[in-house]
Amino acid sequence: MAPLLEVQGLSLAFGGVQALDNVSLDVEEGSITAVIGPNGAGKTSLFNTISGFYRPQTGRILLEGTDITHRPPPKRAALGLARTFQNIALFRGMTVLDNIKLGQHVHMKTGLLAAGLYLGWAQREEIALREEIEHDVIDFLEIDHIRNAPVAALPYGLQKRVELARALAMKPRLLLLDEPVAGMNREETEDMARFILDVREERGITVLLVEHDMDVVMDISDHVAVLNFGREIGAGSPAAVRDMPAVIEAYLGHADAEADMPGASGAS
Amino acid sequence: MLIGNFKERYEADEAIFRTTRSRVWLGIAVALIVAFPFVGNSYHLYMAGLIGINIIAATGINILTGYTGLISLGHAAFMGVGAYTVAWLSNNVGLPFYICLPLGGLVAAAVGVVVGIPSLRIKGLYLAIATLAAQFILGFVFNEWEPVTGGGRGTSLAAAEIGGIVLDTEFELYWLIVVVMVLALLFARNLFRTRVGRAFIAVRDRDISAEVMGINLLRTKLTAFALSSFYAGLAGGLMAYFFKVVSPEQYTFSVSIFMLAAVVVGGMGTILGGILGAIFMTLIPEILGEITQIFGAGAVAMLSSAREVVFGLLIVGFLVFEPRGLAQIWKRIKRVYEIWPFRT
Repeated sequence: MAPLLEVQGLSLAFGGVQALDNVSLDVEEGSITAVIGPNGAGKTSLFNTISGFYRPQTGRILLEGTDITHRPPPKRAALGLARTFQNIALFRGMTVLDNIKLGQHVHMKTGLLAAGLYLGWAQREEIALREEIEHDVIDFLEIDHIRNAPVAALPYGLQKRVELARALAMKPRLLLLDEPVAGMNREETEDMARFILDVREERGITVLLVEHDMDVVMDISDHVAVLNFGREIGAGSPAAVRDMPAVIEAYLGHADAEADMPGASGAS
Repeated sequence: MLIGNFKERYEADEAIFRTTRSRVWLGIAVALIVAFPFVGNSYHLYMAGLIGINIIAATGINILTGYTGLISLGHAAFMGVGAYTVAWLSNNVGLPFYICLPLGGLVAAAVGVVVGIPSLRIKGLYLAIATLAAQFILGFVFNEWEPVTGGGRGTSLAAAEIGGIVLDTEFELYWLIVVVMVLALLFARNLFRTRVGRAFIAVRDRDISAEVMGINLLRTKLTAFALSSFYAGLAGGLMAYFFKVVSPEQYTFSVSIFMLAAVVVGGMGTILGGILGAIFMTLIPEILGEITQIFGAGAVAMLSSAREVVFGLLIVGFLVFEPRGLAQIWKRIKRVYEIWPFRT
C-alpha cells in the first residue's frame, strides 16, 4: 500500500539559505511519525511546505497519491490535511466553540444569502454541526467546561488543546502537529500525548509531528525522521534512530568532543 | 441574579436570542420603536430617521472593518453610489422604491468589490489608503458626471410611493427606514452565527490559520466588501428618499470618517456596537447644540466651535476609558445587575 503522504526530493531555499535540501519522507497510513532535529534544522519549513505556505523549488508532495505541491492551502484542507501551529494560531476574538466550528468550514455549504436569512437549510446545517462537534471533538478532548470561554483568556495548555480540537473538527486524513507539547508542564504533556495516541487509535487519523520533547517522541511515535541543516540524516524506529552516530553527532557534536565531556565515557 | 443559562437541546443554544433577558430587552426595544412616532414631533422623527439610516451604514462598515478587519475610508462614496443609483433609476426608469433600493445596494456592492480587489495583497494602513483613493475618485465622479449625477448641484427625485401612499412626511419615512433597518440588522446578526460570518472573523483574527481551515481569503474578503457596500448603498438610497435630493457634499470624506468613528466608538465587531455608535454620533452634536442654546443667542456663535471640541473630547474619552466601545460598557453594566447582589 502506498504511504498516505509522500514527500519526494523537496528543496526549498530563501535567498542563500537552504532551508530544505532534497528531503524525502514517507508517512504510512495510521502511523505516528515524528520529525526531529536541532533548532533551525528545517522542521517547520518542511511543515509549512506541506501545508502550502512555501513553494518548494524542486520536489513533490503527494497526499493519497494526489500531487498537492502546487495547490493552495484551502484546497489541501479539503483533501484532508489539517495542522496546528508552533505558536498557537487560534482566532482570539472568538469563543472556543466558534473556533472549533471553523474547523468544519470546508465541509459546509451555507452561502451568504442562506446564512443571513438563517433559512431552514442553514439552520439545520448549523445544528448538525453543533451536535457533531459536541460529540466528536468537545467530549473527546474533555473541553466541555470551557466551550463558551473566549480563547484569549485560556491557559496555554488548554489553548493548545483547543487548537487540536479545531484541527480534529476538520475531519482530517493527516494531522500535522507543530510542537504539540512545547512549553507544557508534565501533566499537560502527558494529557496531550494521550490525546495524540487516542486520535490515532479511535479516529484512525495519521499523525505527523515535530517535537523537541524526546521522551514524548520516543514514547508515541512509530517512525522518526531526523533533519539537520535541511538534510535528512537518519530515519527509522525510535530505538534505531537513538543509536545512529549521525543523529548523536547532530545533537551532541563530534564524537571526540563528546569524549571530552565529563561522564560521557561511561554512558556509551 | 442570573446564576446560569442552561439548555437541554443544541437548537436552543444556537438560537438567535438565547436568554430570556435578551428577549425581554428586545421586546422593550420593539415597543419603543413602534410607540415612538406617535409620541415624537416631526423634529424627533427626523432625527430618528437619520439615526436609522446611520445604523444601517455603520453596521455595513462594521461588517468590513469590525468583523473582517479591513479598514475602509471610502464608505461614504459607497453610500453615494447607492443614492445616485436610486435617484437615477427613479427619475429615468420610473421604478418604484422597493426595486430601486435593492438595486442601489447591488450597484454599490459591485463598486465595493472592485475597490476591495487590492485587499488580497495589501492590509492595514495600505488598504485604508486604497479605499481613500476610491472615496476621492468616486467623489470626483459625483461632481463631474453631470448627465447622471447632476454635477455639483446634485439631483432631486420624487418621494417614495407604495400602493398609492406617498412616503413624504417624517412619519411615513420613519416606518420605511425602521423596516429596512430591522431586516438589515437581523441579516447581520444571523450571518455572524453561521459559517460565512465565522469566516469573516477568522480572516480578521488570523488569516494564516483561516487559510489552513480551508477559507478562501480572496473570496471571503470580497464578500465582506460586497456586503458592507450593499449596506452602505441601502443607507444611501434611503437618504435619497429621506432628503429627496442627492448631492456630492452629502457623501464626502468626512462622512466616511463619521461612519468609521461611529463603529469605533460603539464597539467594533458587535452588532450592538454599530447601533450604539450611530445613535451616539448622530445625537451628541444635536444635544450639545441644544445645550449651547441655553446660554442665549449671543453665546451660540462662540460656543458652536466649542461644541466641536467637546464632541471630539467625548470620542477620545470613550476610547481611553473603554477601547472596546459603548457595547462593552453596556456589557459591563449588564454584568453588574446580573450578578447583583454580588460584585465582580
